[in-house]
Amino acid sequence: MPDNDQMRSYPGARPPDRTGHVMSSGLRLALNEWGDEKAPLIAMVHGGFDFSRTFDVFAPMIADAGWRVAAWDARGHGDSDHAHLYSWPADVRDHLAAITSLSSEPIVLLGHSKGGGQLLDLLDARPGLARAFINLDGMPSQFSAPDINDRERRRMRRADVGAALDRRLRRNELTRRPDTIDGLAGRRAPMNPRLSREWLEYLVTVGARHDEAGWRWKIDPVLHLGGFGPWRPQWSMDHLAALDLPFLGMLSGVQDDPMGWKSRRGDIEPFLPPGGRLEFFDDIGHFLHIEQPRFIADLVLEFLGRLP
Amino acid sequence: MTRRTEFLANGLLRLALHTLAEGDGTTHPLLLVHGLGEQSPMARPEWTESWPGAVLALDLTGHGESDVPVGGGYMPETLMADVDAVLASRGPVTIVGRGLGAWIALLIAGARTSLVRGVVLADGSGLAGGGPHPPSPYVTVLDPGTGVTPDAYALVELSRDVRPPDYALDYLRFALEESELETPVIVAARIRPEWLVAISSDVSVVEASLADAVAAFVDPSLATR
Repeated sequence: MPDNDQMRSYPGARPPDRTGHVMSSGLRLALNEWGDEKAPLIAMVHGGFDFSRTFDVFAPMIADAGWRVAAWDARGHGDSDHAHLYSWPADVRDHLAAITSLSSEPIVLLGHSKGGGQLLDLLDARPGLARAFINLDGMPSQFSAPDINDRERRRMRRADVGAALDRRLRRNELTRRPDTIDGLAGRRAPMNPRLSREWLEYLVTVGARHDEAGWRWKIDPVLHLGGFGPWRPQWSMDHLAALDLPFLGMLSGVQDDPMGWKSRRGDIEPFLPPGGRLEFFDDIGHFLHIEQPRFIADLVLEFLGRLP
Repeated sequence: MTRRTEFLANGLLRLALHTLAEGDGTTHPLLLVHGLGEQSPMARPEWTESWPGAVLALDLTGHGESDVPVGGGYMPETLMADVDAVLASRGPVTIVGRGLGAWIALLIAGARTSLVRGVVLADGSGLAGGGPHPPSPYVTVLDPGTGVTPDAYALVELSRDVRPPDYALDYLRFALEESELETPVIVAARIRPEWLVAISSDVSVVEASLADAVAAFVDPSLATR
């Protein structure tokens, strides 16, 4: 049993070969890289409430196959600056700043969950950024929205709005609650019910920082799961249909996973770009690349191997 | 009077709240919220003359004398929190919102029903936002700002946010369900983007000139159930 404050290891997990940062309109975004600097570039964008070090197992698998993998922490996440304001369009803009600072040529992009959804937006606006796109369970569709009546939807929205306003009023007092490694892993477990305890504890030691009170997640305490505003999942399908590049999408079919948009194959297929490929797994949860890194990496590498 | 300015903490940023008239203390303040790219007026507008209480005016984040955030990220919902900071500091208010400020006034009327004693939705810059559907995709990175207002990111982002009519109606319903006022929303705007068409079409919403709308909230008995 490791000491409570000792960094954890995990089979296959490898810290980045290089660390640095990119700037987006005055905000410093932490950058991690694996693999040969001169190899072809694939950029990976993490999901909401995640951070780039969650690629510590998956990214080395791609890097060891001859790729340079770059991943940055979104504003307010991981080791990136906490921002005054957060929004989906601001994240999309930060991705643009990161990508254009890494390469002036089209690269391969991979996004998980919210990161995948944001790359759909970005590539509709800036199609020249990528030569291929891989989306890991980041394809919201209108058909996957929960079946609730209008009154209940309004009640939920009102509760969300009130809670968000309360949180902003208390922003200067908010801190992430300190805990042990075991405690933080336990608190993360409901988000990732299919991941091993060993992995969750590793995640704590790269995604939290240690101070005199214990371990605290690095994520800005003003951020919360969900969000509010008039966003509609169908808007992402408009962006998907607009793509014209090699595309590989993967969907988790585990309907009781607490995370993800729960889109089904039939929701997405009508909007695939020409020649686009969609894989559906009913036995892998939303965190596909973390639950089954070798399997997902092999699929990605097979797709990358076919690129012109 | 010469306007008096105080600064409210809003997270890590400061908001400029101006007092344009002290009022006689017989009623709660009237709060003016400007449009996109604008800032608070230097003196109380003529159409507020009927208001016996204090007249306040808020510079939204990235506007006027309020702070400019690093790296943008504006949403009307976060500017709603600007008004919420005023409510937390000053208590109940009646709000007149111009343009973007009208949209924010509607949102906060629904979100903080007990503290918003009616809103007037008026013409002004940024009334339509990005329309009822997402506009053509556009993503750009601007150079870090110099703190000058209006913030360029505010102008870009708040002219592109989507304002679906059914989303607006949700906030109207919030306000109607819990407000003590019979008519908590009055439309003074002559320009009617789709969200405002939906709002003004609701049987619970009335239309009036700006001056009449302000006057309607002076005597709460006129608008109270």
